Amino acid sequence: MSGTRDSGYSLRPTAQLRRRKLVNLAMEGIGAAAALVGVAVLGLVVWAVAKRGAAALNKDFFTDVPATFGETGGGIANSIVGSIVIVLVATAFAMPFGVLVGIYLNEIAGQRVTRLVSLVLDVLNGLPAIVIGIFVYGLLVIGSGHAAWKASFALAIIMLPLVARSTQEVLRLVPEALREGSTALGVARWRTTVGVVMPTVLGGILTGATLAVARAAGETAPLLFTCSVTTSQVSWQPTEALQSIPLTIFQFLESPNPDDHAKAWAASLVLMTFVLVLSLLSKALLARSRRKLSR
Amino acid sequence: MSAPAASPRAFALGRRRFRDQVGDSTLFGLTGGASFAAVGLVGLLVYELFHQSWPAIEEFGLGFITSHAWDPVKNEFGALDFIWGTLYTSALAVLLAAPLSIAIGLFLSELAPRGVRGIVGALVEMLAAIPSVVIGLWGVFIVGPFIHDHLAPFLDRTLGWTPFFSGGVPAAGNTLLTAVIVLTIMIIPITASISRELFLTVPEELEQGSLALGMTRWEMVRGVVLPYTRGGVVAAVILGLGRAIGEAIAVTQVIGGLLGIHISLFESGDTLASRIAAQYQGAATDIQVASLVYLALILLAISLITNFIAQLIVRRFEFQRVGGD
Repeated sequence: MSGTRDSGYSLRPTAQLRRRKLVNLAMEGIGAAAALVGVAVLGLVVWAVAKRGAAALNKDFFTDVPATFGETGGGIANSIVGSIVIVLVATAFAMPFGVLVGIYLNEIAGQRVTRLVSLVLDVLNGLPAIVIGIFVYGLLVIGSGHAAWKASFALAIIMLPLVARSTQEVLRLVPEALREGSTALGVARWRTTVGVVMPTVLGGILTGATLAVARAAGETAPLLFTCSVTTSQVSWQPTEALQSIPLTIFQFLESPNPDDHAKAWAASLVLMTFVLVLSLLSKALLARSRRKLSR
Repeated sequence: MSAPAASPRAFALGRRRFRDQVGDSTLFGLTGGASFAAVGLVGLLVYELFHQSWPAIEEFGLGFITSHAWDPVKNEFGALDFIWGTLYTSALAVLLAAPLSIAIGLFLSELAPRGVRGIVGALVEMLAAIPSVVIGLWGVFIVGPFIHDHLAPFLDRTLGWTPFFSGGVPAAGNTLLTAVIVLTIMIIPITASISRELFLTVPEELEQGSLALGMTRWEMVRGVVLPYTRGGVVAAVILGLGRAIGEAIAVTQVIGGLLGIHISLFESGDTLASRIAAQYQGAATDIQVASLVYLALILLAISLITNFIAQLIVRRFEFQRVGGD
């Protein structure tokens, strides 16, 4: 080819093309390397927690209350129960509230109100957890002391925007034809919403809530101000101040006792496993319900 | 004949209409009330912080912001050191995290083979799910010693002449550098997943078109994807910054908790959030509690400003795209 014509028609890459391909290769390499760094960091954290946590994990760790100061042994049964109570009550606060807000935003409110409330929700979502903790401290704790339900209230504020936004998002995926069909049959707005729209998004809402639970279960800062003056008794009462897993890690960490450090790793392993499993589960479910809805 | 048959029907219809009216207004009232309450909650929060910090605001005024003092014995308090610590560590963390996260976002949306995307994306998001207290624990026992034993001596040898790594190898692992690294790790998954979502919104035609014109993938990213998503990427970085500014627990554990304004990352320092977390329970006097809430108020103001800027950019950006379609 190059014999008859000028080399402008050559199929061989020019120097410029070679350079462009090289740059492309380098950039793709940088992207891959960055992703590798991200995954490696996750691997390092999980590995460290798993290795050190597993060493201190045994049956007593789940069933015993903490040993008295200076002694070894004991567990974090009170923290596990406390965390369960606090997160459950927080979910009970945040779920109905958040779902109602989500319905309002997508089904009822006009565009301007929606924009305002979504902005407020995004702002709420971006607030430092510690500021929310101080807020609840001033609102509920001053004068009456710490209690699990007050911690739940603080966590519910953190969960609210997550639940509301995920509700809004799945509602947006419901085909308009479904609502129009229902309205055309003479069904009132509330019946359409409750009887036709909501059942189709129930799965999506629940998975969004699961994600919010995963986030709330790991929060520490709000608990410092609302539920940290506790006893080591196992109790299921939301009106008492209950110990929780994140706080236990935080407090064990500051202890001079190496045995407490080992327990902090073990408690971290329990918390991390719970949170990661929950968030993976909800992501998988979310992807499924999204596929189902958009079909 | 027709009259008696119609009247129960009319009656049933009327009852249904009544029920629907009640049902509709209940639905409107409940959902609207919940939304109004959510907006009110934010207002109440701002009020409550002002209310609690009022003694300190009266005592120190705006001079609180520019004062170095934090002396519970003499009851002198100021926020400057913590504002510096917050802004300095967060800015450096964002500087480190932004290019990495954008590269990860690009890799996950444009460059990686399809099979890899899902898995690596899920792993990066898992990093975001790890509780901050666990990251803090890891920071104290793994990152801190690593910095003290390996990274700091290395940086001291190579970059010790710059102001950022001056003052010799630190005595302990609790330094600004540790805080910056921990914060970087916490920002990356957030910024990366937001920017991935953004890059996925670039219309397929544009990408295919540029490839068809003979662009390489990187040229397509630089010429089409990045210009198309510029505003959103900035917002994603600012959202990451917001997270860094507000992080209390992990930073408290690793930063050392000392006063002072330092450029050198080998020094200890403190941030607004971490000071509040560390001292709230041990606060001896009312004025110290009020001063801590004053810190929270400043933190709130900083995070509101960064959030608003990010949201404004995101929203303007959304409208632009909707308008362009």
